[in-house]
Amino acid sequence: MYRIIQTETLAPTITKLTVEAPLIARKRKAGNFVIVRPTPTGERIPLTIVDSDPDKGTIVIIVQAIGKTTHIITGMKEGEYLMDVVGPLGEPTPVSDFGTVVCIGGGVGTAVIYPIAKALKEAGNRVISIIGARNRELVILEDEMAAVSDELIVTTDDGSHGKKGFVTDALQEIITGQGKPDAVYAIGPLPMMRAVANVTREPEIRTWVSLNPIMMDGTGMCGACRVTVGNEMKFACVDGPEFDAHEVNFDELIARNRTYAGPEQEAFSTWKNRTETTDCKHL
Amino acid sequence: MSGNGQQKKEAGNKVPDNKAPDSKAPDSKAPKRQKVIALKPKERMKIPRHLPNEQDPTERITNFCEVSNGFDIDKAIAEANRCLECNDPVCMHACPVNVDIPAFIQLLYQGDYAGAIRKIRESNYLPAICGRVCPQENLCENSCIVGKKLEPLAIGKMERFLADYEARSGTFTPPPLAESKGQSVAVVGSGPGGLTVAAELAQMGYDVTIFEALHEAGGVLKYGIPEFRLPKQIVDEEVERVKALGVKIETNVIIGRTLTIDELLGEMGFGAVYIGTGAGSPRFLNVPGENLSGVYSASELLTRVNLMKAYKFPEFDTPMQIGNKVVVLGGGDVAMDAVRTSKRLGPEQTLLLYRRSREEMPARIEEVHHAEEEGIEFHFLTSPVAIHGDENGWVKAIECQKMELGEPDEKGRRRPIPIEGSSFIIETDTVVVAIGQSPNPIIQQTTPGLETTKWGTIVVDDDCATSRPGIFAGGDISRGGATVIQAVADGKRASRSIDAYLAKLREELVPGTAKNHSKQE
Repeated sequence: MYRIIQTETLAPTITKLTVEAPLIARKRKAGNFVIVRPTPTGERIPLTIVDSDPDKGTIVIIVQAIGKTTHIITGMKEGEYLMDVVGPLGEPTPVSDFGTVVCIGGGVGTAVIYPIAKALKEAGNRVISIIGARNRELVILEDEMAAVSDELIVTTDDGSHGKKGFVTDALQEIITGQGKPDAVYAIGPLPMMRAVANVTREPEIRTWVSLNPIMMDGTGMCGACRVTVGNEMKFACVDGPEFDAHEVNFDELIARNRTYAGPEQEAFSTWKNRTETTDCKHL
Repeated sequence: MSGNGQQKKEAGNKVPDNKAPDSKAPDSKAPKRQKVIALKPKERMKIPRHLPNEQDPTERITNFCEVSNGFDIDKAIAEANRCLECNDPVCMHACPVNVDIPAFIQLLYQGDYAGAIRKIRESNYLPAICGRVCPQENLCENSCIVGKKLEPLAIGKMERFLADYEARSGTFTPPPLAESKGQSVAVVGSGPGGLTVAAELAQMGYDVTIFEALHEAGGVLKYGIPEFRLPKQIVDEEVERVKALGVKIETNVIIGRTLTIDELLGEMGFGAVYIGTGAGSPRFLNVPGENLSGVYSASELLTRVNLMKAYKFPEFDTPMQIGNKVVVLGGGDVAMDAVRTSKRLGPEQTLLLYRRSREEMPARIEEVHHAEEEGIEFHFLTSPVAIHGDENGWVKAIECQKMELGEPDEKGRRRPIPIEGSSFIIETDTVVVAIGQSPNPIIQQTTPGLETTKWGTIVVDDDCATSRPGIFAGGDISRGGATVIQAVADGKRASRSIDAYLAKLREELVPGTAKNHSKQE
């Protein structure tokens, strides 16, 4: 059992949780993730470790409530326990001094890009960050990103905060205005990462993306997270989760991630209805 | 048991050449076994083998309850009556861990159920598990003398009866532990091998901690073998009996990630490490279309259903998405487990494709038989060439070709050869790939100096010692893919090697302590 030390609502559906996990905190590097199973009947889901404090023995995860499991996790309070947390998993981000690096976070992907931007900054890079969201409410970690970036650009689809438009527009502007960066890291929804890959392919800018396929054990045992990278089968849990964006077959992954859409919907609506009925009794 | 002077009679009975790895060569000075069964041998040979009660196939395909209900007391004792009490028990030599089979059968016959299960546990600490999943038909029961004329004794079913009887009657008492040796051992993986090493070493007086990557102990017994063959409660009970020896189990710890082998041996102070991490990494076919939605590895299907309890979805949150028609590819035990599990999830049609013929199938005969009873359609000499998808990226068909058998390969199995122009299409919306598993690479990648083979298995000597002192390994991680009982046998061998290794360390530290096993604390 893993105690939740602190929770913080970052956006209406996005929660930051600080969790006691001393062994993981000690080992964790930027890019690592954990598998969390919140309850005794819960499923195992992968979540990036956003930050860690080896002295306090804590890790930070940021979760967006989408389906049943993520709703359960974001609904947890300080002092409550996550049933299982295991990690750190995956290969750490390849961090070195590239020169100028653009770090792109889309939606809750900003939580994943943050530790990477931080590590890249610490490694001596000039870090330009772009964080994008649908609207102002969903922009997260703006201050944190600003603190680890030489330049921060915020974009929203509706223009309610920062620049109106997509992260790819801002990236294109940087390439045109400041010249080719030495590397790009992009983390967010799959269509966003695919779009970034398409922008950087032609100018041949080295680009990494962090993939979020379906996973269960996180140690290379189930094969659910297999992705095609450079025409080869890779397991995102042990070979990734970060890969060369220009080699990833995004279309295949988008289709694969829909595999359990039906049952996931069913689980969520059953759970939601049950919660609401229970709530009614207390009124 | 008493009596001497058995020399002459036994001299002619040679131990079989295929001596099991754990074989303690039969001691020529061992006292002759006293006969206890009242029936005359001729009368015993008239009793047909007893059959366990089984769930009816039409019933069992609608649930995940255990197929076999095993023996009740009457059947178990009646079956014990069939034992010939051979002077040279070939069954015992055929057992990879040399369970004293005639002795436990005699105790069963005499109604001493507690004594009988104790006798088994002296050689195998996991009888409730091995009584169910051990391929007895190839081992002890295959060598049973009664089997030369009639069906052999149902040794596995008697073992299972004794284990279940003990569990139901709550009569388990942990065996005595040797005095503490003041040394600790880390066991990586809580599958059958890890549990065995832990149980053996704990009884010898070592302080043992098992590290398990998943959230529950049991390894392949939990994530791999289905509930209907090995109920998870049985595994939990067996794990509890290992814990009753003082063994600690740390779940959610991935050795190679959360901690490394070198940390275990270094700052954490373990004297030795046993690696029993199995072969859990799924192999794929390397044909086009393998990453379409609706194509699963058997590991994914089985882990979802067994460990995560997808068959109880939505009570449990993990789903399994099975369509109307499931095609399972492979011919081993895992393929059999996958196809029978799929059947229970309710598709209209469940097929199994195997590229050789029935004779070459590596799966247990009993499981093939069970699968046939359950209405699985077997297609032999059929090999997949490609998987085709629809516009949404879902599998819609599998393209196959017919095979014929050629010359035997190095293992003696006839090699399948494609027949030109024989390709055909099977429409399906679900494909399960069950063509084998490879060792998980995490420990090999994170343990400098640990020698491995080109297949990724860890190199070990006859005593389960690896290329690095203090690190031992066994089961599928060194064999590449074997059985539960082989993992148990490796575990027993490894525990003796670890004991010898640690005794040497004690001797170096405090001369004189190793021999008398004295009170170092």
